[in-house]
Formats: sequence, C-alpha cells, structure tokens
Amino acid sequence: MNNFTLDLAPFLLSFKLATLTTFILFLVSVPLAWYLSQTKSRLKPYLEAFTALPLVLPPSVLGFYILWALSQNSIIGKFFYDTFDIELVFNFKGLVIASCFYSLPFMVQPLQNGFESLNKNMIEASYISGKTQLQTIMKVALPNIKPALLTALIVTFAHTVGEFGVVLMVGGSIPEETKVASVAIYEFVEVMDYESAHIYSAIMIILSFLVLLSVYLFNHKQKFKRAYI
Amino acid sequence: MIQIDIQKKLNGIKSDMSLDVKLNIAHNEFLALSGKSGSGKTTFLRVLAGLEEAEGKIVVDGQVWLDENYSLSIQKRKIGFVFQNASLFLNMSIEENLLFVKDDKELVKELLEITELSSLAKRYPQTLSGGQQQRVNLCRAMMNKPKLLLMDEPFSALDPLMRLKLQNEILILHKKFQTTTIMVSHDLSEIYHLSSRMVVIEDGKVIEDGKSQNILVKQEQKEGISFDGKIIDIKENNNEYFVVISIGQQLVEITMNEKEVQKFRCYEIVKVKSRSFSLIIEKK
Repeated sequence: MNNFTLDLAPFLLSFKLATLTTFILFLVSVPLAWYLSQTKSRLKPYLEAFTALPLVLPPSVLGFYILWALSQNSIIGKFFYDTFDIELVFNFKGLVIASCFYSLPFMVQPLQNGFESLNKNMIEASYISGKTQLQTIMKVALPNIKPALLTALIVTFAHTVGEFGVVLMVGGSIPEETKVASVAIYEFVEVMDYESAHIYSAIMIILSFLVLLSVYLFNHKQKFKRAYI
Repeated sequence: MIQIDIQKKLNGIKSDMSLDVKLNIAHNEFLALSGKSGSGKTTFLRVLAGLEEAEGKIVVDGQVWLDENYSLSIQKRKIGFVFQNASLFLNMSIEENLLFVKDDKELVKELLEITELSSLAKRYPQTLSGGQQQRVNLCRAMMNKPKLLLMDEPFSALDPLMRLKLQNEILILHKKFQTTTIMVSHDLSEIYHLSSRMVVIEDGKVIEDGKSQNILVKQEQKEGISFDGKIIDIKENNNEYFVVISIGQQLVEITMNEKEVQKFRCYEIVKVKSRSFSLIIEKK
C-alpha cells in the first residue's frame, strides 16, 4: 500500500452529517429541554426516560427500528415516498434522521441541566417584564447557560462524528452518500488494509481530542472568570 | 383601586392550610404585609403577580386580572416585582437590565440618578454588592411604570445602613410615581417608616388590618419592651444557673434558679422582656 492517497470524502461526509444533525437537534432540543426543565407534569419522567433511551440501547436496536420505520414497507416511509417521492433509507437523508434520534440525549441533557440551574426568580422577572417564553429563552436563559450550551453543541457534534452502528444499519456504505469516516475504517479493517485504517483512526482520535479539549478549556475559563470577577 | 378576594390551598410547614385573603387597596397606598414565615405572604404576592394559580377574584382599576374562568397572563399584568434575592439578568449590564423591560433611556437615566447608581450603568450584576443589586432590582421593577409594585422582603439580606438608603429611595420613588405598593416585611421600624397601612397574616388569614402606626404602637404597648433572642449556653455554678442569650449583636446573661431553668433548652428561641424598670436611651 505504498500508493496511499487520503480520500477525504468520508471525513467530509461525517462532518456534514454532524453539522446538520447538531443544527436540527439544537432547534428541536431547546424547546424540549426547556419544557422538561420547567414542567411539573407527571409526564416528565416518561419523557426523560424516552429521551435517554439512545444512551443505553445497542445502536443495532435503534438502527433496526429506524430502518423499519423509514422503509417503504412502513406507513411513514410509504407516505414520504408516495407524497414527496423521497426515499429515506440507504441515503444521506436517512442518516440525518437516524443521527438525530441517536444523538438526542447528548443535546437535551446538558441543556436541561443548564436550564434547571438558572435562578428561578430571574426567569420570572423576565415574564414580569412582559417578555414571552420565547423571548425569555433567547435573551435570558440561553445566554446564561453558555458552558452548558457549548457542551451540548460540541458533544452532539462529536458524538455524531463518532457514531457507527446506526449509520451502518440505516445508510449502508455508499461512497460519498453514506460512507462516513467510521464506516470507512471498518471496511479498511475488513479488507486488512491496516495502514489506511491507522491513518483514518489517528485522524479521528486527534480531531475528537481537539474538539473535546476546546470545550473543557472554554468551560474552565468560564468558571475561572466567574470565580474571580 | 385594587380589589382582591383570593383563595388557595397551601401545603404549610405544619399542616395543610388555605390562603384566604380579602383586601381592597386604594390607589397610591403603601401597604406592609407582615406575619410569621409560612403564613402565606410570599404566595399572596406571587398570586397577585400571576406566578401562582389561585381561585377567586382580582380586579385592578376595573380590569379583571383573575376570576372564575379567566387569568390575565403575567406579561400583561404590568406589575413591578422585587424578589427577596437578587434576580438580575446576569448576561446584561445594569443599563441593559432596565432597558430590557422597556426601551426608555430617559427613564433609565432618571431612575439610576435617584438611586445614585449612574456610575455603575455599564457594570455587570456580578460585580455589584448585594445592596447595589437590590437597588437595581427596584429600578428594574419601576421600568414599566407599574400599577402595582410588589416587594418580598427586599431588605432582608442588607446591612442596616444600606437598608436605610434603600428605604429612602423607595419613599422617593413612591412619591414620584404614585405606585400602589405591597411590601412584605418583618422589620417594625421599616414598616413604620414606609407604610401607611399594615396587614398581618397568620395561617393564610388576615388577622389585623389598619393604620401601620396604630397597629405597631398597640402591639408594643401590649407586650411592653421585648426582644427575640436565642439561648446559646446554660451554665451552672453553686446551684445558680446562668442562661446566656444572644439578642441582635449582644449577649446577655440571666440568672435563674433550678426550677426556672428546667423550662429552657439550649438553642431555643425565646422572648426577653423587661419587668418594672424604666429604659433610657443614649446617643452612640
């Protein structure tokens, strides 16, 4: 394997997938995490347990059900195919949907913890000032949980880059469509191309470490700033 | 004119009780609300603000805030609320905190001048002392020129000097904006100084309602001079017992015999009363 050229496509695909997933999950999770942090409803533990499921389920279970739900044999998959002429499995769209389910707790949980740590009176003061819930979330709640917000965004991103099982089950391994970095590494190992596997894996380790380091550095700085202000 | 007639079930410290308050408050009145902790004062304020649900009726200047099947949203009640603890928006400067309520730079300038906080306008809440933060809270509560200003023990975390300063500012603002005000307070001198009317709540019910000065002086005369204190030590020497009590910043020692001392335990809160001697005051 002396004529090795680094094919960047799997990495680009991984990052594209992670960026889109993070963006969509942010939009979905802010209202969900806010609801969970504020509600006194009896439904809360059920919703929390449901949100946390991807943390404990084997990716194959999640992958299997998503595959089953999105395929044209199911109502959802058939509806999308009949109405919009869109197929949802073994392509990039399917990967995004699957990733959103898989990474949901990584976005919801830090946000919920952040919202719950806010001074309740501060939130009430915003309502009393005439602000709606949405204005309060955007202008008061989110700016006051920056470390939690950053943790949620980065960990969701990193976790999506790192996912393997769900992606393989729902997307397969179609080059430049569903073959993300983790799947590419798996295939290198399968064909015993250890050199490529090493290079890809090393890149993944370095990137992941840098991403996580940036989060911890930022949060450390924030704590330091708050303690000595 | 504010007409209040509300009922709400409360989970009290000792047992369940119900808050049942009926009050009419005249425009521009400064009402002090007093009572033991757990008597429902804070809940009463929160119901007025719309932060808690309740049954009954609230009508403010003809506008219905609450009745059987309607509750005006918190946002639309246009009240001012000063919480017991600072509740400033930490991501905004002092000036931004006020502008967030209403984009009225003139009013911000005026309020900060009255409270002598103009020089701190660009600072962030975390860099202010507790007293300064509480004064900003007061300014913020005044920003939408509320019909009703609610204050929940606004001075409880402040030192005596800062209390006096904030009291004066509250008086100035009250005169200037003619805001109907309800303030929860335990401090008798504060109630005497600020309020025109006093309502005492116990177990969710109004037990006294009248001119502050009348109620306060009446209470004083009934009880004679008395102080609340805490027993911090009980010592024995030759069958004589010495009970050490802390009152405010002072410790006093009271001598008792064996029979008397048996009624008391360490760390108990007690009332120390004077009996048949006259008090004098001295300048400090």
